[in-house]
Amino acid sequence: MSSTAEDYRVATDQNTAVTEETVPRARRERRRLPLSPDRLRSLLGLMSPLALLLLWEAGVHLGLVDYRFFPAPTAILAETWDMLRSGELVRDMGWSLSRIFVGFFGGGFLGLVVGLSMGLFRPVRLLLRPIVSAIYPIPKLALYPLILLVFGISETAMYFTIGLGTFFMVLINTQAGVLNLDKIYLDVAKNYGASRKDYYLKIALPGALPLIFTGIELGMGMALLLIVAAEMVGADAGIGQNIWTARDTFQIEQMFVSFFLIALLGYLFAELLAAIERRVIPWKREG
Amino acid sequence: MGPSGCGKTTLLRILAGLETATSGQMRIAQRNPDKPLNSMVFQDQSIFPWMSVRKNISFGLECRGVDRKTTRAVADRYIEMVGLGKFADAYPFQLSGGMKQRVSVARAFANDPEILLMDEPFAALDEQNKLLLQEELLRIWEGSNKTVVFITHSIDEALVLADRVIVMTAHPGTFKEEVEIDLPRPRRIAELRQDPHFNQLFAQVWEILKDEVAKAKEREGYSFHRRERSALDDESHMVM
Repeated sequence: MSSTAEDYRVATDQNTAVTEETVPRARRERRRLPLSPDRLRSLLGLMSPLALLLLWEAGVHLGLVDYRFFPAPTAILAETWDMLRSGELVRDMGWSLSRIFVGFFGGGFLGLVVGLSMGLFRPVRLLLRPIVSAIYPIPKLALYPLILLVFGISETAMYFTIGLGTFFMVLINTQAGVLNLDKIYLDVAKNYGASRKDYYLKIALPGALPLIFTGIELGMGMALLLIVAAEMVGADAGIGQNIWTARDTFQIEQMFVSFFLIALLGYLFAELLAAIERRVIPWKREG
Repeated sequence: MGPSGCGKTTLLRILAGLETATSGQMRIAQRNPDKPLNSMVFQDQSIFPWMSVRKNISFGLECRGVDRKTTRAVADRYIEMVGLGKFADAYPFQLSGGMKQRVSVARAFANDPEILLMDEPFAALDEQNKLLLQEELLRIWEGSNKTVVFITHSIDEALVLADRVIVMTAHPGTFKEEVEIDLPRPRRIAELRQDPHFNQLFAQVWEILKDEVAKAKEREGYSFHRRERSALDDESHMVM
């Protein structure tokens, strides 16, 4: 939040500078001034990546950066265009996205149900906790070879791997969300004769939503990480496979296009989730 | 009424079915088996932060599977009755402490139980808010004539609201004495306080309560020591 204070200071400085001018000029100036504090803030956020790209581009042209490993941003942009035109980019993204969605929704939904149950019912919690605690810390990629043996090199293997990663992230956070609920809400539910369904849908699910969203966000990150790694070994198309092929054929531009694509996906997912979160948790505006 | 730690809340929680008694039995006459037996108004903040005022007040009815139209009509009636008409769609974080407690009271009344259980529902409110809510409670209650079991620390509150005041002994909390409050209804709090009979009753209840409060104070050291030793809540040892 300290950056906000800073942004404001910058904005005020700008305004003072304007008012120091003669009055009519200042008025004209202010009307033309496109920098509301909001716009200034988003501009500041854009500045560091832009500066980095410029430095990078300049570095390549001046021979300070090895273009074989770090091709110029303009070269990457050109490659993006080529890959877009050939349809390769869209195809790879389609594959990866479909895998992410099947795995993410499957694993996330199961994690939600199990997490709510573990949070609500002590016996379920006691029964499942040892298994969850044992499997959760194993990196899911460590299990990938085994998963490949079981399911073969297939879409199922990838769905399962991504599902597994998402499952645990959502489960752990959902359970914590339910356990964090004030016990008084469960008393109210009991006293007012809530059915099992009411416990799930009226108490546990909405009450745990803030933490559930944390779980979904972490699960999303996990899904992106897993898909890329899984595709390197077990797929013939997709973003991860693209990166791997680029290494074999030394097409570094293509590799960077994939990097940027993943970054873009991560950013879009985060924005999408934040928008959904604001919509479904209207009661969490306390700060 | 009873001194702190005598088990008033535990007794109420047993009545509410939230706690099981270690011994003894409880008998409640249910006149209408279609109605829920009891609904509790809790002392602490207990309305659901994730539900709007209307949803909170509808909670009991929804759990009982009352149809949507009736639920809405009943909820809206109680929303008006507690003066939250403008806040029907507001969320608890937008409400003051007094408003939240109004929602809690409305939620219990809307559920239309045989018995209302109230555990010091106004204790956390400031004096003026407390007076307002007591008046509102009297008004709503007078329209319904429900049995209310109301726990309070305050003799004033007991006299203003109750027909009978039952004083409990200090640990172990048992029945000590009952005082009939024969103040006429409908009651107006401001007028009651000037009534000489009100002051008489106040003195009478305080006389009964005083010894128990003193006893509870004496025990404090002991029970504190025991609480340290065992994780069990002192109140759960109450003899019924």
